[in-house]
Formats: sequence, C-alpha cells, structure tokens
Amino acid sequence: MNLLFGRLGWTDTPFAELIAHPSVNTAVASGAAGLVILGALVTTVLLTRYRLWVPLFRDWLTSVDHKKIGVMYIVLALVMMSRGVAEGAVMRAQQGTALAGGFLSADHFAQLFSTHGTIMIFFVAVPMIVGLINIAVPLQIGARDMAFPVMNQVSLGLTASGAALMMISLVIGQFATGGWTNYPPYTGLAFNPGVGPDYWLWAILISGVGSMLSGINFAVTIYKKRAPGMHYMRMTLFTWTSLCTAIMLIYAMPPLTVSSAMLALDRLLGFHFFTNDLGGNMMNYANIFWMFGHPEVYVLVLPAYGVWSEVASTFSGKTLYGYTSLVLATMAIAVISFTVWLHHFFTMGQSSSVNIAFGIATMVIAVPTGVKVYDWMATLWRGRIRLTVPMIYLLGFFMLFVIGGMTGMILANPSIDYQVHNSTFLVAHFHNVLIPGVLYGVLAGIHYWFPKVFGFRLDERLGRVTAGLWVVGFSLTFFPLYVLGLMGMPRRLPDFDDSAYGPWVTVAGIGALVVLAALAMIFFTFWYSIRHRDRFAVPLGDPWDGRTLEWSVAAPAPEWNFARLPQVRQVDDFWRAKQDGRAYAPIEEYEDIVMPRSTAFGLVIAVASFCMGFGIIWHIWWFAALGFVAIPAAMIFRVFRTDTERTIPAAEVREKTEAWLAAVHAATPVTRDEEDTPANRGRAVFEGNPA
Amino acid sequence: MSDNLHPGINLGADHGSDHAGAEATVFGFWVFLMSDLITFGVFFATYAAASDVVGRAGGPGPLELFNLTSVGLQTAILLISSLTCGFSALAVKYKEGVAKVTFWLAVTALLGLAFLALEIKDFADMAAKGGAPTRSGWLSSLWALVGLHGLHITVGILWASVMMALILRRGENHHTKRLMLMFGLYWHFLDLIWIGIFSVVFLGGLA
Amino acid sequence: MTHEQRERRSYFIGFAACAAWTALAFGAVILRLDQITALWIIGVSALAQVVLQFRYFLHIDFSRQKREDLQLILFSALLLAIMVGGTVWILADLDKRMM
Repeated sequence: MNLLFGRLGWTDTPFAELIAHPSVNTAVASGAAGLVILGALVTTVLLTRYRLWVPLFRDWLTSVDHKKIGVMYIVLALVMMSRGVAEGAVMRAQQGTALAGGFLSADHFAQLFSTHGTIMIFFVAVPMIVGLINIAVPLQIGARDMAFPVMNQVSLGLTASGAALMMISLVIGQFATGGWTNYPPYTGLAFNPGVGPDYWLWAILISGVGSMLSGINFAVTIYKKRAPGMHYMRMTLFTWTSLCTAIMLIYAMPPLTVSSAMLALDRLLGFHFFTNDLGGNMMNYANIFWMFGHPEVYVLVLPAYGVWSEVASTFSGKTLYGYTSLVLATMAIAVISFTVWLHHFFTMGQSSSVNIAFGIATMVIAVPTGVKVYDWMATLWRGRIRLTVPMIYLLGFFMLFVIGGMTGMILANPSIDYQVHNSTFLVAHFHNVLIPGVLYGVLAGIHYWFPKVFGFRLDERLGRVTAGLWVVGFSLTFFPLYVLGLMGMPRRLPDFDDSAYGPWVTVAGIGALVVLAALAMIFFTFWYSIRHRDRFAVPLGDPWDGRTLEWSVAAPAPEWNFARLPQVRQVDDFWRAKQDGRAYAPIEEYEDIVMPRSTAFGLVIAVASFCMGFGIIWHIWWFAALGFVAIPAAMIFRVFRTDTERTIPAAEVREKTEAWLAAVHAATPVTRDEEDTPANRGRAVFEGNPA
Repeated sequence: MSDNLHPGINLGADHGSDHAGAEATVFGFWVFLMSDLITFGVFFATYAAASDVVGRAGGPGPLELFNLTSVGLQTAILLISSLTCGFSALAVKYKEGVAKVTFWLAVTALLGLAFLALEIKDFADMAAKGGAPTRSGWLSSLWALVGLHGLHITVGILWASVMMALILRRGENHHTKRLMLMFGLYWHFLDLIWIGIFSVVFLGGLA
Repeated sequence: MTHEQRERRSYFIGFAACAAWTALAFGAVILRLDQITALWIIGVSALAQVVLQFRYFLHIDFSRQKREDLQLILFSALLLAIMVGGTVWILADLDKRMM
C-alpha cells in the first residue's frame, strides 16, 4: 500500500474505465463525472468573472445569520436534488429499455439506486427541512437568532462536507451498491472490499453529526429564545412541528451514528458486529438502522405538516382549525414514531407476536395523521381560498398523500407485507408519501417564505405550472409502480424479460420526463423571478396578509429580525394586531443589538471533516489524521477567541426601522384580489374573517 | 432571579447575568448529553444481544478476561474524581478563586488519567489472553462500549487541561464559567455511564 | 451552616452512599452469591447509584425544576427504554428462532 496516496490510484476514475472498456454504460458514468467537474469549473469561472469570491466568503460562507444559513442549506439541497432526480430518470430509462437490453451494467444500476436514495434522504430532504426551519423558526418565535449561531454554521458545514463526499464519489472511485440503507453483510469487508461502502459510511457519519447538532440547536432555540408572551400554545404550528422534529433528530440520529460507526469498525479494524462469522449479527444492523430510519421519516414530514398548517390558514384567511388537536397529533406522531421501526423488516424472521406488536403501532400512527388532514380540510371549509402556488401544492398533497398513507396501512399488516415487501409496491408507497408529503411541502414553504428572505415574490404563474407538473409527473411515474409491485416486480431490478411489465415501465419513464421538466421549471421560476424582481418586490414585508410574527418585519428581514422584541398576546398575533390597529406601531426607544460576529469556524470544520472522511475512505492515513486533529485544534483555538460578538448601534437600527415604518404608513394597502399583481408591495388591507 | 435556571449544576443568583446567560447553553448541553445517552444505550443493547454462545463464537468469556480488582480500582478512582470535579464546581460557584478551581480541575484530570491508564492496561491484558475485538462479536461490542467511554474520558481530560489554561489566562468570566458548568455535567455524566458499564459488563458478566 | 457547607456536605453524602452501594454490588460478585440474587443486587445497586448521582452530584431536584427539564429527562428515559428494550426483545426472539 502506498503511504502517500493510500489505495487511491490513477485508474480510479470513470474516465479511465471508459478508455479501457468503451460502452454506453461507462460513457454514462463518465458523463456524470464530467458534469460534476464541469459544474465546479463553471462555478469557479463565474465567481471569478463577476468578482464574487470575496462577497461569497464574507457575506455567506462565514455568516452566522440563521436566514443565510437556511438559504445555503436549500441551495445545497437543490444542487443535490438535481443529481438525485437525474439519477432517477436514468434508472427509469434503464427499466424502460430493459426489454430491449438496457444500457447500464447491473453494478452501475446498483450504484444509481444507492446514491439516489442516499442523496434524496440525507442531502435533499434533510437540508431542505433544516433550511426551512432555520429561515422561519426564529422569525416566528420572535427571536433575533438561533440559540447557538456558530454551531448552526458547523451543522451546515458538516452536511456540506458529507454532500461533497457524495459528489466526489462520482469522479474518484465508485459509490456503494448496497442501497441507501447499506445493509451488511453485503457491505462488509468480505463481500465489498472497495471504497463504495466507505463513501456511504463517512458521508452519513459526518452529515449525521451535523443533523444531530441542528436538532439540539432548534430545540434549545424554541425552548429558550421565545419572545415575551410567546407561550407554547401560542406558537405557530410550523414551530411546533419543528420542535418535534428537533427532538426526534436528537434521539434518532445516535442510532444511525452507532450503526455506521460499528460497520466502519468492522471494515477498518476487523471487528465482528455484522459479519457472517465469529458472532457477528447482521440483523442487529437492520434493527439499529431503522431505530433511526423510521423516526427520520417523520423528521422529514412533520415540518411539511407545519407548512401545510401555515398555508391552509393564511391562504384561506381563517384561523387554523383545531390548533390544540394539531399540536397533540404532532406530539403523538413524534413519540409513536419511535415504536414502529420493526415494520421495515417484518420478513426478517422474528415471531409473529413481535410483528403484530409493531404492525399495530404502525397502524396507530395513522390516526394522528388523519386528524391533521381533517383539521386542514376544516380550515379551508368556508374560507376565502386563494389558489396561490402553496395552496395548489396543498391540494395536490391532499389527493396524493392520502393515497400514500392508505398504501402504508396496507403495508403495516405483516401478512400482506410478506406478499409485497421488496417489490416496487413499496417503492411506490414511500415515494408517494415523500414526494407529495415532504417535497410538495418544502416547495410550498419556499414559495411562501421566499419573499421574507429576499424581498420579492416568486412568479405565481410559473409556480403554478411547476406545481402542476409535479402532480402529473409524480402520478405518472409512481402509480404504475403500485401495479408492477402487485404483478411481482422486485425493486432495484436492472433488467427483466417479462413483457407484461413493458407498458407500465414505459408510462413510468414518461412520468420521469415530466418530473425532469418540473425540476427544470423550479430553476426557471427562480431565474425569471430574480430577473423581474422589481415587479415582484414586497419590501414592506407582508405579501400574503400573514398571520404570524415573521410577516410583521420588513422583507428581506433585517439581520437582527426584530428592532424591538415583540410582546405576544395570542395565536396569530400579527393578524390580531392588524385587526386591532396595533400593527406597525412606532418604537419609542431603540437599543444597541448584540449579534454574533461572522466566523470561518464552520468552514474550517467542514474542510477538516471532509479531509478526515476522504482520508479514511481511501486509507490515506496522514490526510485523515490531519483532518481529525484539525477539528479539536480549531475548537480549542475558538475557545480562546474573545471578539466573538459585535454590537449594532441603536442609531443604525433606528434609521433602517424608521425608514421601513415610514414606507409602510405611506403605502396603499392592497386587497387579496391584487395579491398577485405588482401593486402588492407587502402591505395588506385588513379584510377580516370570511363570512 | 431564581437559583435554578437549567437542570443540574447552577451558578446561582449571586452570579447575576452570568447565571442568566448560561441558561440556554447549559440546557443545550444537557440535551446533547441525553443524545449521547442514546448512543451509549445502543451500544449497551448491542452488547447485551451479543452476550450469548453465538456472540462469543467459541472465544474467551468474562471469567477468562475480566480483572475485577482493576475494575474496582477504576470505579473508585472515577467516583473520587466525581467528588473533586464537584469541588471545582463549588469553587466557581462560591468564588473561591482561580487557584482553587484549577487545583481541583488538575486533580480531576489526573484521576482521569489514572483511570485511563488502568483501562488501557486491562485492554492490553485482554488482548494478550486472546480477547482482542477481532476474536468475536461479543468482544467487538465489549471493546466498542468500554472504549467509547474511555474515549469520552480522554476528551474530558483534554477539556480539563484546556479549561485550566483558559481560566489561568482569562480568569473567571461568563464564558469560562459556562464552560465549567458544562464540564461538570460532562464528567458526572461519564461517571453515570460507568455505573452502567461496571454493573452490566463486568459485574453482570462475572455474577 | 452556610449554603456552601450544606452543598459541600451533599457531595460527601452522595459520595459515601454511592461508595456503599458499589461495595455491595462488588461484594455480591466477590462472595459468589448465586447468579439470580447477585444480578438483583447489582441491578438495584446500579439504579440506586444513578438516582444518588442525579440527586447529589448533578443536583437534579424534581421539586424545584421547571417543567421542560423534567420532560427532558423523563422523555430520554422513555426513549432509552424503548430502544434498548425493543432491541433486546427483537434480537432475543430472532436468536431463539435460530437455535
């Protein structure tokens, strides 16, 4: 073994493979690697061309502002989602052409479904959710920042570091072929001596620590940083779901870290946690992994439920129906989700009594979810509904997610699960809950909060087309998989010769094209809205006749969020304030505001953890040691720093706030009929409750 | 202001804004410890699951490998270090001065080192008797569980050392006091985990 | 007695009580009591030590705590029980069926 480069050699790239064995398969791999390199090059060139390196470093990468960190999470997620969706489309293309022989090798196909799942869960869904929580929660509870702003930056850094390992696996070496769960013994040393499983392990271990720290940060922020009068039962539903998600991250991430660490010990030091021989127990891996894996599902979907609550209430102009029941349902889901993990391995061989217990728990968890769906529908009932983009996503969610929930109930029955487990029926089910549940929720949330962060709305027309494409694309792609699953088609199938599958995989392939179009439309909507941002500008801060605290400040929200911490009196406090004429009250006295100073600490941790991960994956021990030592060194260095805070003088706060308040009072408020027009500058006519 | 703003060790109302300012940080650290508790819990569960004939895979068992005297000594050392760690917290709380704080921190760190030395010696002895972690699933889970605790102790010693340097250089301020509160929680938490380890692993294995 | 003396004494009480329980548990093994009795003694002793350390070293006093602190500790204990208990149950069942 080479001391300098470990097991890394010049031939460990897809390009070398393409030269050695030219085929469509290796060309696709090289194309993907080329795209990564091209993307990095284009970004570098553009940043240099427009002299953006310094602003990028100063205003973003070293920022500890929760809004900016949230934006960076979502940008990261969108980049990773582009790759994930593209991989999904390639897999659909392979199955669509499978009867004609296909174009990918089985091993390449296995890498695709492994990276697709890993990316979509850990590097798309998680960062999107974490990003939205970062953006919205401090504003919703009336706080100036997170409880631990620098740790927030570290969380982002660790997530980005894991994502970077995922991306580099396209160019150097090969990713795992063991699926997104990386089950041993197949991913153990005996059957998989290469770097693939190590890439998975270290991407997950590093980003997992980041998620756990995020969870702590969110929980403490919501517990300890609420504005005066913001009692628990006055918090928005999004804050409530974020709190439950945070608690779940705190308790669910450790099992993932442990199972990954154990597998890493097996692979690196020859331990026997999950090996076939010498007392290893691979069933324990499934057990530990899903102790994380199932709560994770609700980690993702609960904040989306929170978005639905905000959207249903705001865009029907009504107070949320059944606030208390929604809170209780959220808490119930959070707790019960820790008691159902075995339903992911009903067929592993345990007694029926064990299966039944977990099957019943699984069915029970549908009850609070059902409560929520009814509450949202009751909120819309007799409301003054505006068909904005988030509302369209909500309607799509209602129709599609309920179907996904129902198929979940089918799978919760162990005896039925025995029939359809490991088939495309399961694939259809979890896409059916994750896409309409999580993805639609996040996209609705992005449309909803975008103006708060950037000061202008996204184009509604394009947004509606995008939402429509997502609904159609999802339905075409995944409903055929239910049928295929019932026909007996296993998941993760690179090729088959049963011609009965043909029509259904063709429909799914067409659906994948629609999904690709939907993805492109997301980026086009951003591009178009940014170009015409003057027309969409809402600097006064309240474009949707909002009900909660975040809409009571300017857009974009100032760095300090609130010039004076609000005094909260009830649920939907801002809406009530508009009703009582308390909103936009002048502030008598301004005070200096102390905010954390920007720091490169998170960036250093990100780079160090990446070096550590990459070094271990390739057995480049000096590189790994460098990264490993750099982390505590950076922490110790940071502990000795004293200039960690900066004071924003009261005069500066006054100037900005007074200017905004003057603009608010000078503006003509718009009615909801004009919501979608350039007349909407972010001040709403108070229209009261719908009749 | 109340004496207790967060669970566990508090500075007390005498410390004014330092006390109030520590609330979120210390609460957050408690949350982290609870998360860490789950980490240990999963290792414990794995250890329990591997403690049978299949897990031992014909390798050596507790009777051949464990050194009860050494474990008893480690337990005593850690318990005494809990006491000295508590004294360092009292020295901060009752403003007994930097010298006392660093003295008790130093004693705590030295006791931690003694614990670690015994533990490493035990590991070496076990490996010499054919009880390396590569021998069986049970041994893997044993080394990982006890080793993880040892790793935590190592971090604790490093923390105490940095803490001493920081206090000697900067004195007691809101920042160092907060770190002291967290260190106290951390060290006591490690003793709590050790109770689980010596009861379940060593005493349970030999009973 | 001052506040400080009282608090210092509480550390000594905790220390002495923990030492006694530890000695009891080690004694059960050293004296070679039969397995079931010994395991019971070890279990009770461990639980007692955990409670003692929470009370005297970590100063967790349920009567004076705010509600969220109580929630934190109880919720952690609940999840720990679910995860450890569930794992042992599932893996023991699988083990039994493979024998």
